[in-house]
Amino acid sequence: MEKNTNEHITPDMFEFAQKDTFLHDEKLKTKARGYFADALLRFKKNKSSVVAAWIIGFLILFAIFSPIISPYSVNDKDVVYTNYPPYIPSIAEKNIGMFDGSYTLNSQNELQLASLRAIGQETGMDPVIEILETYETHQKFRGQDRVTYSYRVKVNSYFMEGVRTMVLSYEEYEKIQQFQNETGIQVLYPVVEKADIYVKAKDTSTATDNPNIWYQCEDLKGTPLLDADGNFIPAYSSNPDKTYGEYHSQRIASDPGTYIYNIAKSGSVQVRLCYYNYYIYKNGHEPSYVMGTDIMGRDLFCAIGTGARFSLIFAVVVSAINLTLGAIYGAIQGYYGGTIDMVLDRISDVLSGVPFIVVATLFQLHLAQKVGVLVSFLFAFVMTGWIGMAALTRKQFYRFKGQEYVLAAKTLGASDKRLMFKHIFPNSLGTIITSCVLVIPGVISSETSLTYLGIVNLSSVVGTCIGELMSQGQAAMTTSPHAMLFPSLFVSLLLISFNLFGNGLRDAFNPSTRGTEG
Amino acid sequence: MVKYALKRFALMLMTLFIITAICFVLIRLLPPVQLPLGDPHTEVVEARREALGYNRPILVQFGLYLKAIFTRGDWGISDKLYLGQDVLKLFISKLPATMLVNLYSIIFSIPIGIALGVFAALKKNTWIDHAISTLTMVVISVPSFVYAFLLQYFLSYKISLFPFLMKGGTDYFSWSMFVSMLPAVMSLSFGSIAGFTRTTRAELTEVLTSEFMLLARTKGLTKRQATVRHAFKNCMVVIVPAIFGSFVGILGGSFIIEKIFSVPGVGSLYINSINGRDYPLFMMLTVFYTTIGLASGIVVDISYGFIDPRIRMGSKK
Repeated sequence: MEKNTNEHITPDMFEFAQKDTFLHDEKLKTKARGYFADALLRFKKNKSSVVAAWIIGFLILFAIFSPIISPYSVNDKDVVYTNYPPYIPSIAEKNIGMFDGSYTLNSQNELQLASLRAIGQETGMDPVIEILETYETHQKFRGQDRVTYSYRVKVNSYFMEGVRTMVLSYEEYEKIQQFQNETGIQVLYPVVEKADIYVKAKDTSTATDNPNIWYQCEDLKGTPLLDADGNFIPAYSSNPDKTYGEYHSQRIASDPGTYIYNIAKSGSVQVRLCYYNYYIYKNGHEPSYVMGTDIMGRDLFCAIGTGARFSLIFAVVVSAINLTLGAIYGAIQGYYGGTIDMVLDRISDVLSGVPFIVVATLFQLHLAQKVGVLVSFLFAFVMTGWIGMAALTRKQFYRFKGQEYVLAAKTLGASDKRLMFKHIFPNSLGTIITSCVLVIPGVISSETSLTYLGIVNLSSVVGTCIGELMSQGQAAMTTSPHAMLFPSLFVSLLLISFNLFGNGLRDAFNPSTRGTEG
Repeated sequence: MVKYALKRFALMLMTLFIITAICFVLIRLLPPVQLPLGDPHTEVVEARREALGYNRPILVQFGLYLKAIFTRGDWGISDKLYLGQDVLKLFISKLPATMLVNLYSIIFSIPIGIALGVFAALKKNTWIDHAISTLTMVVISVPSFVYAFLLQYFLSYKISLFPFLMKGGTDYFSWSMFVSMLPAVMSLSFGSIAGFTRTTRAELTEVLTSEFMLLARTKGLTKRQATVRHAFKNCMVVIVPAIFGSFVGILGGSFIIEKIFSVPGVGSLYINSINGRDYPLFMMLTVFYTTIGLASGIVVDISYGFIDPRIRMGSKK
């Protein structure tokens, strides 16, 4: 009988099989690369998408910082400087043709040119930047050859406003005088009266009330009456009976000390003030609009930033909600299949059949007064937005649910929920992430269209939005194209780069589909 | 095939019915528009409202609404914007402008789009292809009102080539009308040209790499023959349904473009009816737009089956 050697095995009888030998398999020299790192690597190779990502980053920074940088807020409106071109005083001084608030006036006659000169002479801020062209017209008038000149002039539209007539309360008037004493900026100018201007006319009641005429005129058309040296003759009023209160501030250079600076109106005073300087008095700084102003006199730079903030946040929120809803819906559809799939499919079919504009309108009509414009707008986007995502998830689920590993997990007793969200869902994550990036520009585009058409009016909730700015810009397109140009530039850049970025991301996550679509 | 088409059509009718019912209920739940006092049409509209059962349960109202449509073709009368006018007649009077503008746009864009797409696909992965593809991407992304602005500013304002807005009147086929439509047509065309280019390029590049192309070349066809006879034919399977789809779409038109160029079309009528709260008009146009959307989907799907016998419609995948 053989002795059973297995009976008394003590631990010291064990010994390592490979104590002194080496394993000859080479170690992996590279790091293991995950799914996302792999995708990122592929993404980086796609130059246009990387550029697009940078542009998106820049536009997001713009949206965050432009309302902070801008000296204005969205609610700062100016009644005079509306739809004015871009202007930054410090750059305008250098005269390099940018940010100079310039506007080209076509066919100005000599009279109009003279009045521009007069504004410059009175306020010390010459609106004429450059005379671009001079046209000579020969005309036969009563048998004589007459030459008339007309000009194409580049003017600073901020200076061109010149002097305005305004009615102020007496306290305001006092405050402005104080401001003048402190800063030495001349806001108030001596008042004029028609009788002093139109010295040759018998009846001045038909003359225009142009506050910028401060010189004597030959006729009611406003032809200036010049002295021997060719200078304007001031027509400032020195009538002390008309004025109210004492003027105890600086006077203009040519003032002998008798000019009056207001005309008494019942309870208030009517003054002539240089609007540019009055603006400094009101806002504490010179007008400075990087992108000009919009139709309500808001800083476009700030307004676009505010609208952009809204668009971006809104698009991200909408995509996040739609993504979640659609993923759950599609997961249920795809996982269970059969009758459930069919019924749910009919529901999404019906919903997707309704044109989006109808959904948005009905939500506005029914819910806007109860839950607010913004929330009902959000609901409208959520109402039909998830359908695409659901279809996508459903397709992915059909693809993966029959695979062996799912069957294995099922055999091990995993619940439906666990199977759906732990085993199948992560496989479709890449597709879902990329389509989310492609959903964002879609949301921004429809949001802009609806606000552009005025179907949804968000200005009371979020200040302003890009679509609204664009439709206002469209209205004044010929005179101030910048009001349309900057918002549309922003939207176009944003949409282009989001689409390029999304496409790059899709190619990176699903290399097999590369190049098949745009 | 016919069975499938019929099934799809029946499903579409069902969907349409449900959507109409939901929209109808939602609209009738809103308080009806106040009618101007003393207007001669007010009495008419009041009487019509009474006949339409405004004071009865909503389901009865819906029944009456459907009955009027099916028995008399009566979609109601406008009670705000065009007080007292028949909604259907209004709609029909607006249809030609919309259809013409969209028709011209499609006629322009189909050949250009397909040509560009074919060109890009044949020059695949060269700079020409990259340029066309990127440009397509850019053009598709930019919203149409930006084109409208650029065209209006540069062509209509700066060089005065076109009138600012579309000409009024009903002489739809006169030359001056055609010229005045062009800015709107062009703004619409950018997007659809890019769309056709993208589809054609994607489809043709895929077909060009398939095995039967290799076979065609091996049996002695020139590259040109192979491309035209085999590749292009196969690529049409996708393009032709898209063309059919856009022909159905010409009825719909674009809201924004019609508004900007003041095209007296259905789109601007719809926008006006929304902003002016003209519910009967809104209701009718909603049904119209829903029908168009559903119909173009069906036309696209069914035309696949007609064009390519290999595709069996309605069979399980």
